[in-house]
Formats: sequence, C-alpha cells, structure tokens
Amino acid sequence: MRNTQKSSRLQPRNGGLTRRALLTSTLGAAAITLNTRRALGQERSDTTGRPGRPSSELGARSPAEQPRRTPTATSSRTPLQDLHGTITPADLHFERHHAGVPAVDPRTYRLLVHGMVDRSITFTLNDLKKFPATSRICFLECSGNFGRQQGEKTPAQELCGMTSQSEWTGVMLSTLFREVGVRPQATWFLAEGQDAAVLARSIPLEKGMDDAMIVYAQNGEALRPEQGYPARLLLPGWEGNSNVKWLRRIELGDQPFMTREETSRYTDPLADGTSRQFSFVMDARSVITAPSYPHTVQQGWIEIRGIAWSGRGRIQRVEISTDSGRTWTEAVLQAPVLPKAHTRFRLLWRWDGRPTEILSRAIDETGYKQPEWEALQAARGRRTRYHLNPITGWKIGADGQVLFGIERVRA
Amino acid sequence: MTRLLGSFGLTIALVTLAAAQAPPQRFGFGEPAPRDLIATLDIDVRPDGTGLPPGRGTAGAGGEIYARQCAACHGPKGEGGQAERLVGAEPKGFAPFGPEYERWRDSRPDVPFTIGNYWPYATTLFDYIRRAMPPGAPGTLTADEIYGVVAWLLTQNGVIADNAVMSAETLPRVIMPARKRFVPDDRVGGSEVK
Repeated sequence: MRNTQKSSRLQPRNGGLTRRALLTSTLGAAAITLNTRRALGQERSDTTGRPGRPSSELGARSPAEQPRRTPTATSSRTPLQDLHGTITPADLHFERHHAGVPAVDPRTYRLLVHGMVDRSITFTLNDLKKFPATSRICFLECSGNFGRQQGEKTPAQELCGMTSQSEWTGVMLSTLFREVGVRPQATWFLAEGQDAAVLARSIPLEKGMDDAMIVYAQNGEALRPEQGYPARLLLPGWEGNSNVKWLRRIELGDQPFMTREETSRYTDPLADGTSRQFSFVMDARSVITAPSYPHTVQQGWIEIRGIAWSGRGRIQRVEISTDSGRTWTEAVLQAPVLPKAHTRFRLLWRWDGRPTEILSRAIDETGYKQPEWEALQAARGRRTRYHLNPITGWKIGADGQVLFGIERVRA
Repeated sequence: MTRLLGSFGLTIALVTLAAAQAPPQRFGFGEPAPRDLIATLDIDVRPDGTGLPPGRGTAGAGGEIYARQCAACHGPKGEGGQAERLVGAEPKGFAPFGPEYERWRDSRPDVPFTIGNYWPYATTLFDYIRRAMPPGAPGTLTADEIYGVVAWLLTQNGVIADNAVMSAETLPRVIMPARKRFVPDDRVGGSEVK
C-alpha cells in the first residue's frame, strides 16, 4: 500500500516530468507556455506533496461545488438535483416571501401572545430559548410548488424545488399556550409576521396544541433571515405559507380571521364550482432527483434516486417505473423514515440503452397514493393553483440525454 | 443474586426520581404585555367588523387615492398591469370555475380571478390594504383613505352602489358574490383523490 502511494507520487501524469524537473524548467522559462500551465495544473491535482491551507473560522464549499438557488423577486428554489440525503443546507433552503426579507434585530424582538388568554405576554428571543426545547426533522413545502414553464428543459429544482428539509429547534407552541392560559372558547389563532406585508394566517387551535412549534434554530444554528429569523411558526406537514416567519404576534380567537392569504389566495377552486379553504395539509408526493434534467446517463447500472414526503405522516412505499408506467417496482427507503419528512428512496436499474421514461409515485401511511395529473384534474378542475402533486417523470433518450416528461402534465 | 438485582432496581428508581421533575404549569418567562403595545400591533379586521377603525370613505374620494397610490401597478381601472387585476364582475351568479362557468365560457379565454368574482369578505380588503399596500410604503394610508379605496374597488366590481359610504358599520354588511362558494378542506388522506 505504502509502495503504491509512493510510486504514484514519483510518477506524475504529466508526460514523465518529475515535480522537481518541472519546477526547475518552469522557473527557468522566460514565459510560461500553455503546455507548462497544463502540466502545472496536473501537478497540483496531487495534494500530498505540500501542506494544505490552515484551519478557518468559517467553512466554505469546495470551489468545484456550486449549488445555487434560482431566485425571482419573491421566491427561490432548492437545487434538489444537486443534493444527497434528506437535509437541505440552510443556505439552499427555498424562499418564498411576500414583501422581502426583513432585518429583525434579535435584541428588540418580541413575540406577543394575546386575545382569548388569561394573561397577555410578550416573550423575548431569550425567553423563548429558556423554555424546554424540542428538535424535529420535517419538510417545509410551499403549496404552490409545481413548475413546468421550461417544458422538457425543466430541472427538478424548477419542477418542485419549493420544498426543503431541516432539523428545527424551538419550543412547543402548546407550552406557550399553557403559559398564557388559553381560554376554553378559543378555537383558532392568528399568526402574524413582522415583514412589510405583515403576513397573517389563521390556524386551528388543535394544530397549535398538537405538533406546532415556535422555532429559532435550523440545522443546529440560528434560523436564516430568509427562513424567519429570529423565530417562526412551524406547522409540520402544513403548507409553507401557514408557517409564518418573523413571527411577532399570536392572537387567540373563536373563529378564523379571514386574511387575504386564506381567502383570495391559498384556496383551491374545485371542479364542482366550490373553493376549498384552509387546505393546510400537504398531500404525499415524490420526485426523482437523479437522473433528471440536465443529466446525461450511460447504458448499464444506474441508481435512481429521489425524495418522497407526506404531510399526513410517514412515507410507506415509493414505487418506480422504468417503462413509462407499465410496471412498477418498490424502491428502497433510507431509514429512518420520519413522519412528515423527506424520505430518500433509491432503486438500482440496469438501463439497456433504449429510450424510456422513469417515474416515481409515493404512498403514505394513510394509504394515499400520489395521483396521475388526469386524476388531479378530474377532482380539482382546470383552474386549481395550489397543492398540485402529480406523478412526474423523466424521459431518457437513446443518447442518454435526460429530459422532463412534460407530456404527462401538460394542461 | 436476587438481592443484587433488587439493589440495582432501587438505584434506577432513585436516578429516575432525581432526573424527572414534572414540568410546572407555568414557567413565569416573559413579561405581561402592555396594553398600548397590544393596541398598536392588533391590526386585524375580522368579517364581523371587529378591528375596523373609525373613519369613512366613498368611491369618489377613493378613486383619487387609487389613482395616486395603486393605479401604477394595478392599472387605472383596476384591470391589472405589473400587479394583479382587481376589477372584474364576470361571471355573474357563479364562480369563475366549475361546470356553469365552463358552459358559459364556451371557447372564450378564461376570466381572471378578481375581488368581484373570488374574494369572500369585504373586510379582508381593508385588512390587507392596511397591512401590505402600497408595497413601497405599507402602513402609510389613513383609515379614511383605506375606506375610500375599498369603496372604489367594491364599486368598480359592481358590489356596492356608486355613492355608498364605507365605514366600520357598513363594510361588514357588504355581501361579496363569492361568499357562499368557499368550503372547508375535506381531504383526509386514504385512497380517494380530492
């Protein structure tokens, strides 16, 4: 082993020049030729001959890794095709805001809880941190998370990059509700942010007493400003908009407050002429993140990888079709499979080189099966805009080029 | 052996007792909220009118405010522009979606969702404008100005008469055309696609 290592050092892959000879010739040359530069570059790929850079205050990604969100004025999407496992790095968590990202001063931050309570109380950030803490891994997804504007050239990021997963830490909302003494007649609460839109949503008290949290940490550190620094509401499994960021006020009441975001927005026009309101829970969904556009694959073994999640609990099963939906095979789920959490699935597949389409569908523990686009359209009608979670797939051409299967979800 | 197990069990019991103190009903963290702070922050307006401030406005005065503060983005007549369309009374009597709409629309282009055909509560207009509009300087309109803009929008959408006065008394009584179309979420998981 040692000999092998040594000999690889002594025999660089730069046309037979030893390092010393190369350095000498470089130093001696009046101008560095292109060829010599190339040789130097190759020489540098051997990192064993000299010490690396010292330690640093703050880590940074390898310059070779450049995952990026795709920002618009009001949102940005997570590069799902670049990620592994299930945790989204905090700086790649998707964004959706309605009036920009406010710069909240943690020293003056206060959360007011009032309304139908025995005691109206303001909590500082430090107060929130003094309560018993809980950590929970769960996904957060915008209910408008469905994009296909780029046709066949739609990457996973554009298709459904408005879902991300973090380990969140904070205080259970039920603990705060005990602290203020919620009155028996209270059935809803308003959660309000301190962004310039003062975004507000009405939430059933039941959710607040169940698994809702006020979180101040994300993946082990303070929340990012884009995710609601210094504290936000977290409603596991519920549409992103209701997880109010930059939370400044909670008011207990005996009916919903009917804000714009729960009436003219975030409601679902249905096929029968009614509109579904307070449709909080995110239905089960899956997406293959690799291979996906713009990847290229070769004939032979390919591991199909993706994520599946459900706002109702655990993913029970993910099925994959490698023949455009004719037959389905159960994928392997990466343990632990957590409730209301992105779950990584994988399936080994030997591609014979013939054009095909690969698809995935998620089944959750309630027996809900991710639907085809046609089934969704039949149930919801043409004009529904949120909670679109159809089965989607990727076409693989004879040349190995992977494209989005736009035909399956064309309206 | 039995004695050993017994003493081991006792040790565990003691450790458990020492570690697990029942949490208190209250921790006493936080400060009582000052009344003036609550008054400042409590800006929500509910469908029954709770939270509406004193003041009044009509479409006449509101039209001028709209032209100054809103028209640049929403269009001079609320027809939309850089920001969404606000005005549109069609279709009348049914929603801009569903079976009746599809028959009525025939092969015409879709009508946009508007205040007139989709917003279920007039009070939400006041609440939202006060929270978030205009986007460059939210919170700068006076109560009278907001009542005026709301009156102008409701007039343009054919919901109230041109000379109707909007105030804390009248606004909650406005019945929006879309009010009865909203239904609670009936999805519960399981095999049915809803």
